[in-house]
Amino acid sequence: MSQVQERQKSRYDADDRGYFGGTWGGRFMPEALVAALDELTDAWHEAMADEAFVSEFERVLRDYAGTPSQLYLAERLSKKVGARVLLKREDLNHTGAHKIRNVMGQALLTKRMGKTRVIAETGAGQHGVASATAAAYFDLDCTVYMGAVDTRRQALNVARMQLLGAKVVPVESGSATLKDAINEALRDWVASVDHTAYLFGTAAGPHPFPSMVRDFCRGIGDEARAQCLDQYGVLPDAVAACVGGGSNAIGIFTAFLEDEGVEIHGFEPGGDGVETGRHAATIHAGEAGVLHGARTYVLQDEDGQTVESHSISAGLDYPGVGPQHSLLAATGRATYTPVTDAEAMDAMALLSRTEGIIPAIESAHALAGALEVAKRLGAEKGPDATIIVNLSGRGDKDMGTAIEWFGLGDAEEGPEADLDQTETVTQQ
Amino acid sequence: MTSTSAAFEKARAEDRAALIGYLPAGYPTVDGSIKALQVLVEAGCDAIEIGLPYSDPVMDGPTIQAAAQAALDGGVRTSDVLRVVEAVAGTGVPTLVMTYWNPIERYGVERWATDLAAAGGAGMITPDITPDHGSAWIEAADAHDLDKVFLVAPSSTDDRISMTATQSRGFVYAAAVMGVTGAREATSDLAGPLVRRVRASGDIPVAVGIGVSTGDQAAEVAGFADGVIVGSAFVRALLDHPDDEAAGLEALRTLTTDLAEGVRRAAR
Repeated sequence: MSQVQERQKSRYDADDRGYFGGTWGGRFMPEALVAALDELTDAWHEAMADEAFVSEFERVLRDYAGTPSQLYLAERLSKKVGARVLLKREDLNHTGAHKIRNVMGQALLTKRMGKTRVIAETGAGQHGVASATAAAYFDLDCTVYMGAVDTRRQALNVARMQLLGAKVVPVESGSATLKDAINEALRDWVASVDHTAYLFGTAAGPHPFPSMVRDFCRGIGDEARAQCLDQYGVLPDAVAACVGGGSNAIGIFTAFLEDEGVEIHGFEPGGDGVETGRHAATIHAGEAGVLHGARTYVLQDEDGQTVESHSISAGLDYPGVGPQHSLLAATGRATYTPVTDAEAMDAMALLSRTEGIIPAIESAHALAGALEVAKRLGAEKGPDATIIVNLSGRGDKDMGTAIEWFGLGDAEEGPEADLDQTETVTQQ
Repeated sequence: MTSTSAAFEKARAEDRAALIGYLPAGYPTVDGSIKALQVLVEAGCDAIEIGLPYSDPVMDGPTIQAAAQAALDGGVRTSDVLRVVEAVAGTGVPTLVMTYWNPIERYGVERWATDLAAAGGAGMITPDITPDHGSAWIEAADAHDLDKVFLVAPSSTDDRISMTATQSRGFVYAAAVMGVTGAREATSDLAGPLVRRVRASGDIPVAVGIGVSTGDQAAEVAGFADGVIVGSAFVRALLDHPDDEAAGLEALRTLTTDLAEGVRRAAR
């Protein structure tokens, strides 16, 4: 895919120092890590200009991860909302999410740089499992930092990582969640940087991570754009994705940024509702600040201390966001809207029952928001109006949450949530 | 305000290295931290670094994290840090704030520089800001004649060391271990070469932070550096006496005295 090599810098890209729009991103990092970040930046640039690297990355994604993922017409859902709903089936990738693209890219780069060990942070465990998978595939040592609260809640993912050969370190410091796992991984990296690569899990953090992770994930949008043109002869009217750190979103958005007729929608975790304060809608409700090395929107108090975020979806539960999203929001190129836990869970049930696809709760946020957009587009433009939703992951990992939310699992009692309840999504 | 260079000049006149002590503001309480810092001054620290507790301290090891978290849990505010600065700077010893960047950006960089200078602060040490991404702070510090202390590390290239030394005022902070803050058994053999590399790019003083916790270690580092920075060991002395303020302060005094003797007996 020479797409990577031939791609020209756009006004939405970072400058050489990692600033998007001159303001967002950058590298607010200890000097001790600067040499490693410079080395990584150089290696990434060289690799992306090297046809052998790019074609090996494509081969691994194709043969091992199962890309390109399908662009699937959800017919029953489309009928319900009166517009064409296309699902980008990243849930069908190996390990069940878009994240495999990022880790295979970063791990391949790690091998190229001659490093022997990778570290990663993880919230619910999806990026940790993907990192452990890549480490197994490429024969790298792997240590995953995970908040102690999360290791207890996600014992199954801890076991998956361990089975794949990774060491999982519970993080007790701070709030013992994802942001603290990132802090601990950075602390490890400062001491191990000569032989260790940090596989950052999202398109956030210090330069070059926001741009590099985007480049490894942008195949989602490149594929979807080509598939949509090929299958329907038109570009979509809108593209939608959920946004936590924002890797799946920037992965699908990037291909459409210069298509001015395509609306771009990011859906943030609204938790119990933004007005309750229990949410992770960073762009919608946060303010500009610096977190984990980048200037971006941050959930923070009036003294600049990071505020704990809340979401039913662990993968979106992060008080920062990738800096390119901050630029897209500030320029108005993309719109970011909160979706509550309840709306996301309704969408999870709806997709399960109308299409036989159980989405990750992360992706259910995208779907819930996208269906509202689809109804508007259908009303404006008729049933050929088209929206692509990034179905970034599958929902198996979320069955514990679903059991609790819907009251599932007891064969005698059956689910409390019936289709009538889930219809609220489309009848609002 | 007293610039940190005064502390290095005084030490140099006595043919020794300066002892620089760190404690976070607000631990165990705001007033308790003032008392503790005053003990450091009385027992022989030549300059003081006051930590501004932050929720995401990526460069700190468990000891400083624990105290900073306790301070935050106790409700310490950025404005409290300025009160601590004022009290400590009132002793006449150069007093710097060591802080991660976001609280400063949030406070307002220009407003912070104004208020820090008004409180008598000598300047600021910025562990997650390098000069090439620190123009807002550099501008404000220059306008208010505040010290700008940037860090160098063993991994820094010669070019970056030169750039950092040029942009720093007061001293250069050589973080001479590849790792987070914390007391260490042995001093690192990376420190001497790092100090020499900084000196090659100018005559600004170089202070070394390397996990020093004893007078003997201080003496060793004082043999090749202009300043010896001690943080985690002081914090540990307080953490070890959670319910007995007097005992904590006594432990601090004993440790400071030992370290102050250490920097005075170095072979130079």
